[in-house]
Parts: sequence; structure tokens; C-alpha cells
Amino acid sequence: METRMSEFKEDVVKALKEIAYPLIAIIISFVVGGILVASFGKDPLVAYKALIKGSMGDFNKFGETLVTVTPLILTGLSIAFGFRCGLFNIGAEGQFIIGSITAVWAGWALAGLPAILHVTLALLIGAFAGGLWGGFVGWLKAKVGSHEVINGIMMNYVAMYLSNYIVMNMMNEPEKAYSVGIADTAKLWRFAEAFSQFKHSRLSVGIIIALAVAIAAYYLLNKTVQGYEIRAVGFNPHAAEYGGINVKKNVVLAMIYSGLFAGLAGSIMALGIQYRVNNLFGFTGYGLDGIAVSLVGGNHPLGVILSALLFGILQKGGPLMQIQGIPKEVVGIIQGIIILFVAANFVKVTFESFKVKRDLRRSAVKGGVE
Amino acid sequence: MFKKGLVLLLALTLVFTMLTGCAKPAPAPAPEAAPTPEATQAPTEPAKPAVSFGMITDVGGLGDKSFNDSAWDGMQKAGKELGVEPVILQSTKQEDYEANIGNMAQSVDLTIAVGFLMEQAMITGADQYPDKKFGIIDMVVAKPNVMSVVFKEHEGSFLVGVIAGLTTKSDVIGFVGGMELPLIKKFEAGFRAGVASVNPKAKVLVNYTGVFDNPDKGKEVALAQFKKKADVIYHASGACGIGVIQAADEQGFWAIGVDKDQSSESKNNKVLASMIKRVDVGTYTIAKSYADNNFGGGQILDLGVKEEGVGYSDGGNNIPAEVKAVADKYKAAIVDGTIVVPTNEDELKAFKPVEIK
Repeated sequence: METRMSEFKEDVVKALKEIAYPLIAIIISFVVGGILVASFGKDPLVAYKALIKGSMGDFNKFGETLVTVTPLILTGLSIAFGFRCGLFNIGAEGQFIIGSITAVWAGWALAGLPAILHVTLALLIGAFAGGLWGGFVGWLKAKVGSHEVINGIMMNYVAMYLSNYIVMNMMNEPEKAYSVGIADTAKLWRFAEAFSQFKHSRLSVGIIIALAVAIAAYYLLNKTVQGYEIRAVGFNPHAAEYGGINVKKNVVLAMIYSGLFAGLAGSIMALGIQYRVNNLFGFTGYGLDGIAVSLVGGNHPLGVILSALLFGILQKGGPLMQIQGIPKEVVGIIQGIIILFVAANFVKVTFESFKVKRDLRRSAVKGGVE
Repeated sequence: MFKKGLVLLLALTLVFTMLTGCAKPAPAPAPEAAPTPEATQAPTEPAKPAVSFGMITDVGGLGDKSFNDSAWDGMQKAGKELGVEPVILQSTKQEDYEANIGNMAQSVDLTIAVGFLMEQAMITGADQYPDKKFGIIDMVVAKPNVMSVVFKEHEGSFLVGVIAGLTTKSDVIGFVGGMELPLIKKFEAGFRAGVASVNPKAKVLVNYTGVFDNPDKGKEVALAQFKKKADVIYHASGACGIGVIQAADEQGFWAIGVDKDQSSESKNNKVLASMIKRVDVGTYTIAKSYADNNFGGGQILDLGVKEEGVGYSDGGNNIPAEVKAVADKYKAAIVDGTIVVPTNEDELKAFKPVEIK
């Protein structure tokens, strides 16, 4: 127990060090973004004030930011988990959609169950449907070796059109372009019900589920045999196989886990925020944003939480920036620059190359004297 | 070594100038803001514009050269007349409509949501901010602080139906709809009534693509109708219509555009006419009525031919004068109530074609 605690402590310290670089990158990107905003003839201070106020101005706004952060944590985890096994789960988008539609189905069709049971069941059904959707791609990879990226993208389209078909034909709210609503017993508990500070924000208990899942994913990956095997396959599948690890089994398992996370994101979105599914005109973007969330978070379950928070702030700060007169395109550019700077990790790279050069020079000087 | 130090120094100066450049705007607003606490109430209020209003688009956003751009034109026109800068907020995610309406309502007095997709969010928003005013386009939201604007698309469709009925040579006319929603059914019913009024023996082929955003599907359906001898095809299918117009360009039949004048979409000038929907009139009317203290909460504005909310346009100069003359007679008949254009299948069955020469 003791060693486990200290191990955990070590990990946290390591993670904090990892965070320092992106933080510096964020500050620099704010400066660069500010110059850009100024060059468009807008006041950068107004822009940044709106960004902060719009995303964290009060409990209500911060609640709304967390509403966006919740699915991003989970889709980010979904991608990160895949990466750890050497898989690129671009299919998170489809798994998200499948999670949403099945959760709404459960929330609608199973009406009459007691609330706790109903909402839990609906959440799990959405998550498992996403898991199956992802697992299928993993199974294809393991069985016939077809690439998970191609299959993932195609399954995204299948998911979207399947969901649209169900929304418009089988669960259609008459004369509307969205599905029937879920029963009250399937709705996730909202913070606003107990804390009036959260007023109109739709923040639900989903955020706590997402955080718990992130910690569980961290534990699963780093502290269990299963996680060790998955990571081993990710490092080098051939070596893992040589070491007696069943690569195919782990590929399928990792994709199922990935799908579970993305599917859970979709069901939380449906049961906590929307209470229904819209007819989609295009992808929701949560699965695709998850890729960036995961990369910025260093593919680490705990890094994903912080990175999702960054993305949530950028997304929910955007509307107020627009209202303050910053054009939508400029808002997009600022968001892009910040992500670019963080993802490029250039602070760390320059800092480390500087250190290496300095050490080299020092040793060279030493050598000269001798 | 010296060189490197110099480079570093230069870089630092550069960064510092940037920083000061950035910081400069900071003190500027401060002095302005500082005196306000004492002097606010009295002097600022009359100087401040009396009203503020903003518009929220759905995920389609500005730049569609159609629905949203037209709505924004109306806002800007109202803004210019009232000396107010209208605020724009373009949604990026469907889930954000509710939060966006909240954000806007906190910033301005009147929030106008453009597009039927925002119906649910508007219902919630109107309840959450009961002392704010709202408007919605293309959808009715029955709340005491919401003004709804809808259009009599069937009347405009009737007029282009008249034009199609008089233009066809094969007596086969096509209609391409997007999703089979009551809103689009209105277009179909009006159009068929218009055709039947001037050309009872003409047959109208009706197909729905099931989506609004797929030009390929629109093209496919239009080509299928062309094979069945349709020589005029009207579409009410959003972006699918681009495909309908492409097919018209390739095969040489006539297409009829929708929502705005679509003649510029056709390379070979094969857009016969367009059914235009004046979304700008809608947003302008709401903003103006609010500014004039005339805001009708719970009111539904149903803009038809009479209110200049719908009509037809001829950007390509393709409608012969005699056809236009007949269409304008029908227009007058709709305005004075002689013709009541059907809005759905049942009303269409009961509709008795009126011949006006």
C-alpha cells in the first residue's frame, strides 16, 4: 500500500512536470494570438477577457464549460487508450453516435423502471453499444488485418446514417428532425437541481462519471496485468508476441475499451444534456476533437482531463468572444494557435535541445583544458 | 558567442515591443471606465443606444449566400436605421444552441434565433430569461416573450408552379424535396396547385431525397425525373438543389431555385425562376417592432405574398413577358384572397384550380 502511494506520488510529480511545458506554451500562444487579433483591428484584451468570462465567468458559465469537457474527457480517453495499444481509434466519432442513439432508445423504450435502475441501465447500454462498435473494428483488424483507421472512418458514416435513419423513421418525434425524448427516469441528475449557482447550466453528474472513468482508465493501463499487456502490444507487437502476449486478443480488447469510453460519452451527452438525438447534418465533432484532446494530453488518462478542460474553455469562451465582436473565424484562429503551440510541444523541445547543447559545450570546454 | 548574445538581445527587444504593443490598449479603456462609477447613470444613458439586438445562426452559419446571409442583411438594415451595431453569434455545435441563446440574452435585449433547428433551445431560453425578448425564424414558439416569423412558402411555390405550368412543353414537371417534413410538404402542395391552375393536363413527379445537404442525391433524383420527360424541375431541398441545377446545366432542362435567386448557381443560365423567401424581412420586422416598442410577444408573423415575404424572382431573365403577366395576375389574386393556396395534401385535394387569363 505504502509503495503504491509513493508510486502514485511519483507519477503525479512527473505529470506536473509534463504540465509545465504546455502551460508555458499556452502563455506564448496567447501572446501570438493577441498580436494576430490586434492585426485584425480588434482589441486582444477584449477577446481574452471574453474568452475567460465566457467560459469561467460564473458558476453557470463554468458549468456549461464542464458540459463540453465531459464528453471530451471520455472521447480523449478513448483515443488515448487506443494509442497506448498502437491503435488509432478515429472511429470514436461513430462510437459516440451509437452510444447516444442506443442510450436514448433505452431511455425511451424502457420507461417505467425505477429512476436509478433506468438511468444506470441506459448509460451502460450506450457504453456497451459503443464498445461493440469499436470492438468490431478491432476484431476486423485482428481477424483479417484490415486497418482500423479505414474501418473506423467507414464505421463513422455507418453510425451517422444509421442514427439518422432511426431518428427519422423509428424513433421520430412526429414532424420534427429529432428523436423522441427520454423518460424523466433516464435523465442524469443535474447540479442545478441542488445548487442554484449553476442556474441554467446543464452540468450533470456525468462530469463525475467522466473523472472517475479517467482515473479507472489510468489504473487499468498502469497498474494491472491487462494494461501492461495492452501497453506492451503498443510498444512493440512483435516483442509482445514473443513474450507470450496474445496480440490479437489485446487489439480487440483495447478497441472495446476505446469504444466503451466513446459510447459512454455519447450516452452522457444524450441522457444528461440533450434528452434526445438530433438528425445529424454532419459529425458531432466530439470524437474528432478527442484525437486532439488525447494528443495534447500526452495520451495519458490524467493529462486528458486537463487537455479536455483547455478545449472546453476554448469552445465555450468562443460565443462570448463572438458577441464582443470578434469574428467567428478569428475565434477559430486563436483556438487553433493555442492548440498548435501546446501540441507542437516546442517549449520542451527547445528547452531540452538547449540543455543538451550547453552540456556538450561544457564537456567540450572541459576536454580542451585537459 | 558574441553573435549569439546579439541575436538573443534582438529577439528580446522584439518580444518586448510586442508585449508593450499588446499592453497598450490596456490603459486606454481604463480611464474611460474609471469615471463611470460616479458619473454613470445620468450622462451615459441617453448616449447609449436605446436597444441592443443580436442574431444567432444554426450550425449552417453565415456565408451560405442564402438563408442565414439574408437574415443577417435584415439585421444590419435594422441596425443601420436605428444606429445600433447588431451582434452576431454563429453556432458551431447543435448542443450549444441553448447555451448560445443564454449567452446572447445576457448581452442584448433582443435575441433572434434563425432556423427551425433552434426550436427546443428557444423554448428553454425564453423560460430562463422571461424579461428578455426573443424572435425565431421559420418556427413557431408559443411563449409570451417570443415573436415567431414563418413564411407562406406555399404561396411563392404556387407562383413558380404557374410559371412552370406555362413553360413546360412535355407536360411533365418535377418536384424535388429534401426531408419529408410538413414544412417541405407546403412547398409541394403550393407548387402542384399552381401547375394545376394553368396546365391541368401536366403531370407533376414528386420525389424526396431525404436529406438537405447532398448535391449528388439532388442530381440523381433530377436526372431520373428528366428521364421520365420532366422539362421543368422545382427543388425545395437545400444544398441538394445545387445538384438539381447542375443536372439542368448538363441536360438542358429548366430548374427552379428556392429561398433566394439561384440563377447565379447555373453556368448555362438554366434557372428559369426562383421562389424567394425574404428572411431579411423577417429579422428586420422583429428588430424594428422591438425598437418601436411594438414588440408582439407570442405573436406569429406569417409572411406571404401580400407582405412581400415570399415571391418569385427572375435573375436569369428567362421568363417570357406573357408568362410573367399571368403569374402577376395570380399574385394579385392571392393578395386579394380570391385564391387560397393549399398547404398540404388534403387541402390540395380540395383545391379547385382557378383559371385567370
